[in-house]
Amino acid sequence: MNLAVFVKQVPDTAEADLVVAADGRSVRTGDAPLQLNEWDRFALEEAVLWKERTGGALTAFLVGPEEHEDALRRCLAVGADRAVRVWDPALPGQGPCAVARVLRAAVGDEPYDLFLCGAQAADDGFGLVGPLLAGELGIPSATLVNRLELQDGRVRCTRELEAGWGEVVDLDLPALVTIQTGINEPRYVSILGIRKARKKPIDLLGLGDVGLDDRRVGEAGSRLRVEAFAPPPAGREAEFLEGPPDAVARQVVDLLREKGGVL
Amino acid sequence: MSVWTVVEHRAGAMRDVTADLLARAGGLDAGPVTAVVLAGPGEADGLVSGLPPGAHRVAVAEHPDLAGFNGAAWAAVLAALARREVPAVILGAHSAAGADWAPALAALLDAPVVTDAVDLAWEDGALTAQRSVYGGKLHARVRLAPASTTVATVRPGGADAPLPAGTAAVDRVEVQVPSGLGKRFVEWVQEAAGSVDIAQADVLVSVGRGIGDAESVEVAEALAEALGATVSCSRPVVDLGWLPKERQVGVSGKTVKPKVYLALGISGAFQHVTAMKDAGCIIAVNKDPKAPIFRTAHYGIVGDLFKVVPALIKAVREARGTA
Repeated sequence: MNLAVFVKQVPDTAEADLVVAADGRSVRTGDAPLQLNEWDRFALEEAVLWKERTGGALTAFLVGPEEHEDALRRCLAVGADRAVRVWDPALPGQGPCAVARVLRAAVGDEPYDLFLCGAQAADDGFGLVGPLLAGELGIPSATLVNRLELQDGRVRCTRELEAGWGEVVDLDLPALVTIQTGINEPRYVSILGIRKARKKPIDLLGLGDVGLDDRRVGEAGSRLRVEAFAPPPAGREAEFLEGPPDAVARQVVDLLREKGGVL
Repeated sequence: MSVWTVVEHRAGAMRDVTADLLARAGGLDAGPVTAVVLAGPGEADGLVSGLPPGAHRVAVAEHPDLAGFNGAAWAAVLAALARREVPAVILGAHSAAGADWAPALAALLDAPVVTDAVDLAWEDGALTAQRSVYGGKLHARVRLAPASTTVATVRPGGADAPLPAGTAAVDRVEVQVPSGLGKRFVEWVQEAAGSVDIAQADVLVSVGRGIGDAESVEVAEALAEALGATVSCSRPVVDLGWLPKERQVGVSGKTVKPKVYLALGISGAFQHVTAMKDAGCIIAVNKDPKAPIFRTAHYGIVGDLFKVVPALIKAVREARGTA
């Protein structure tokens, strides 16, 4: 199978100390490390598994600046044969529909059988790039896939629904799937492996190379504009228990008795 | 101008989120509300009679290719109807179904689209949405470009009760599903019941990724044993294979409402929080003071769970006289 995987490099939000920049429209992630988007790790592993099973080829795509290239190095280290990064000064600030358009253009005429994306990104969480890209490509898609089987000319996908439910759908190839976490066990990648992958070239494409003009991409082409970031509105703010562990533990025991009716 | 809500149902049963959608649609003030019911042959009547209040009109389309759920077929039918009636907004749930049909519909209509909105407003002929981003640590206000039709999905929960809109007229609409979608519904599947039902527990000791590794789950098990509690977890712990799926609290796992919920190293992603927020007393331990879990917990402890939990085990044993 000829496979394509689409990845994104995102800040590690669990550790990130996020600060809204003075313009209110961008976020500074401080010293939070960048990492391959969680869902994309599983999409990449699934792509590599299908490459190995079918003796195919795998190309990894990313839209992003040079500091996001590590995501592609990781793809190359685990088995991608080729990596393509698309970037252009017109692209920052663009929303998912413009990203999908850029990726569509980057794919070009190459006849891929199966396209894989993560089901969503950990930062903006739209879950749109995959299915919108399928729309641009004019091919069938399934989102939130947590099981994938290949059956003569089609893929059988199990989609993860709510409350323990799943849905099985068949897609004719070529097709695009967005991958839910937990579908596989992403393999460990050593630092050495990533370092070795530095020797493999990454194709860099600009807007002109993929034949797009800047009205169709960036903020102008997104038809969606982030106006402001802000801290989340007040929720049920926890009452914090303070002190050394023993003292905190005694307070918790009191709470378990008084509020929880246990102990 | 009108607002459509796409009625969410599964295997013949209405899903709760439909009430949220109708309330949101009415609150938008962008015209009368049409509830759109897409269903397989013979399925629609039951759904229409069980429809929550809030719709001024119900549009019903039945077709063999709409049986089960096929996001491509739903998108194709909605696109054809939308081209005819041009609703200002088509509203769906940010659910597994909405994640499938809404982007596909936006692609077909070449319409602006926003997903997972926690709040929506109609301002000057365009939609604005509040979204929760960066794992719940920030909110973003996004504005969509004005367009004849905009597609949006909203996060379930949080809507006010819908206002009854009187008796809704029911229109049966003829629809065609294009051949060559390349996508076919096969069947529903359900997880087999496990040996443990965490939804039955009075006290849950729940672990998240912050527990660090599979071996450390023992710390939570020891606390659960001291308390006579059951161990549960958030999604990453299942994804990593540290605990089985039957222990997962969350949208795709179990919804729980114990008397006490101890959240250890759980960041508090929406998918988790929405399934445990109604617990009687929620106590969270996390080393990140900005973790979203502290916006749901009643009590919070900012600290290292490997220091707090052993102290707690000791205190619980003393309190029980089993030290």
